[in-house]
Amino acid sequence: MTIFKGRVVVAGTTSAEALVSTAGFNTLASYQKSLMFGDKKAKCSDQNNPEIFEKAMAGKALCLPQTIGSTTGGMVLYCAAALERQPACLLFSKPIDSLAAAGAILASIWTDENMPTIDSLGDEFLEAVKTGDTITVEEDGTVKVE
Amino acid sequence: MSMKLTGAEQAILDGDLGEVKAKVMKTLVLYGETFGAEKMVPITSQYGHLVTSFGLSVMKPVYELMDQLIEGGALSGQLFSVDPWPLDKNVPSNFIQNILFKVMYSNQTDYDKQLKKLGIMKDNAYTCTCYMEEVGNIPEMGDILSWAESSAVVYANSVLGARCNRNSGILELFGSIVGRVPYFGLLTDEGRKATWKVLVKTTKKPEAQVLGSAIGMKVMEEVPYIQGMNQWLGDELTQEVKDYLKDMGAATASNGAVGLYHVEGLTPEAAQMGESLIAENAQVYVIDDAELERVKKSYPVMWKNKKASPKLCFVGCPHLSYAQLDDWALKLEESLEKAGRTTVDIPTVFTTSPAVLEKFEQSENATKLKDMGVVLSSICPLMYMNNPLCGKMPVITSSNKLRTYTTAKYYTNDEILSLLSGKERL
Repeated sequence: MTIFKGRVVVAGTTSAEALVSTAGFNTLASYQKSLMFGDKKAKCSDQNNPEIFEKAMAGKALCLPQTIGSTTGGMVLYCAAALERQPACLLFSKPIDSLAAAGAILASIWTDENMPTIDSLGDEFLEAVKTGDTITVEEDGTVKVE
Repeated sequence: MSMKLTGAEQAILDGDLGEVKAKVMKTLVLYGETFGAEKMVPITSQYGHLVTSFGLSVMKPVYELMDQLIEGGALSGQLFSVDPWPLDKNVPSNFIQNILFKVMYSNQTDYDKQLKKLGIMKDNAYTCTCYMEEVGNIPEMGDILSWAESSAVVYANSVLGARCNRNSGILELFGSIVGRVPYFGLLTDEGRKATWKVLVKTTKKPEAQVLGSAIGMKVMEEVPYIQGMNQWLGDELTQEVKDYLKDMGAATASNGAVGLYHVEGLTPEAAQMGESLIAENAQVYVIDDAELERVKKSYPVMWKNKKASPKLCFVGCPHLSYAQLDDWALKLEESLEKAGRTTVDIPTVFTTSPAVLEKFEQSENATKLKDMGVVLSSICPLMYMNNPLCGKMPVITSSNKLRTYTTAKYYTNDEILSLLSGKERL
């Protein structure tokens, strides 16, 4: 087991299977299709991101550097949470970007869903974690990878 | 909460103006604290700008949230413009696509009504280029904004010298509701310093959309200080230069996440402050002809049949200015004439804001373009393309933003002219 410590953006605890994008996560492109066609697993529709393309995002521990793309990004994350198709948690290796922060905070205040969000886990976090690993997130920003 | 609030801000947070406004304020405070903001600052621009213009049926939670805001009296404290409409019956589409659009955008009429209640500035203020004179949402230098729409934010920051973070949809409206935004990032002097020096060493004027793409992909969300452009753009922000920067900036924001760039001797802050805007230890990126070619060649072709004949061409993402429409009319007329044609070889849509379109429709060039077979529209090409049916169509575009978010294939303006004239085949 490897342990990382990040900064808590939205507090919470969870345990979930990792889904790793080492490239910037384009929120709109990734969620567009699943939101549009009611895919409850929220399979990623971003063809430019082969690591996670067509993989289910709902309920996964989404491990990423930052999000990129359209300024609808935060709103899309909020929608995913309101429709209960959000990732189990968002784990950023870098400091969180403004769009993802907006989405995580909107989801926390305006929905009943829990999507713990931790940032600044370091580049070594993304080097260590692999899709399929089991992730445990603790209230204080501790992230366990096994 | 660690942010220092004024009495009025604290009162909103405490619920003195209602529970909904308190939640709006709480969202903004938490958002600001995430980025180390120590205070809120008043919005000083006359108008806001929202990114959410579409009544997409699956975005139901957004419309329910808007209803909560309206019912809770949390209306925008400033009027606003909003991104383009997703629909236009004049844009070519087949029977099945029309049915799909109807289903997808079944919330459009209701959402338009919500926008009216929330404070849209005019019935036709639907454009991503709200800063055009005809539209009238033009912030002053130094104004604090609560805008979203990446291409508008980067234009306002860079070309107009206003101050705005890359806000998400919904958050920008929240700022306009309480009249304040958290003070961090691109609102601060420190956050506006360039951490990249981009040296342009090309032998000809770079294609705006490719230059912006190269810069965006390299610097991502950081601030570049671009040198070497004066020989191509001069030192005055003419309409032509502003249009060039509009297209370049949109590509930096969509191919990366740039919210502000400085162009040496040209954009307002760079003209005033010069190299003092460059942070210590800034990284350097040299762009020459070969680098632009490398970037252009790196774009994946998303068409199933990579050699398919284009079925549609979109020009104008972000929306074209009046001067750009004039320029396209002139160049297309010449190009068709040289090719011995009178109409375009590919169904073509030029997009511009409703206000520019209304004015342009009175001109001779509008008639010329229509006679050449060009459809003039105020649609959002991105919204048109964002469905499986249109996504499968071989669409071409001179917009790097449209290329990034859809399956549309990118060509330079000259290549588009050549394709529309039937001079070049894929």
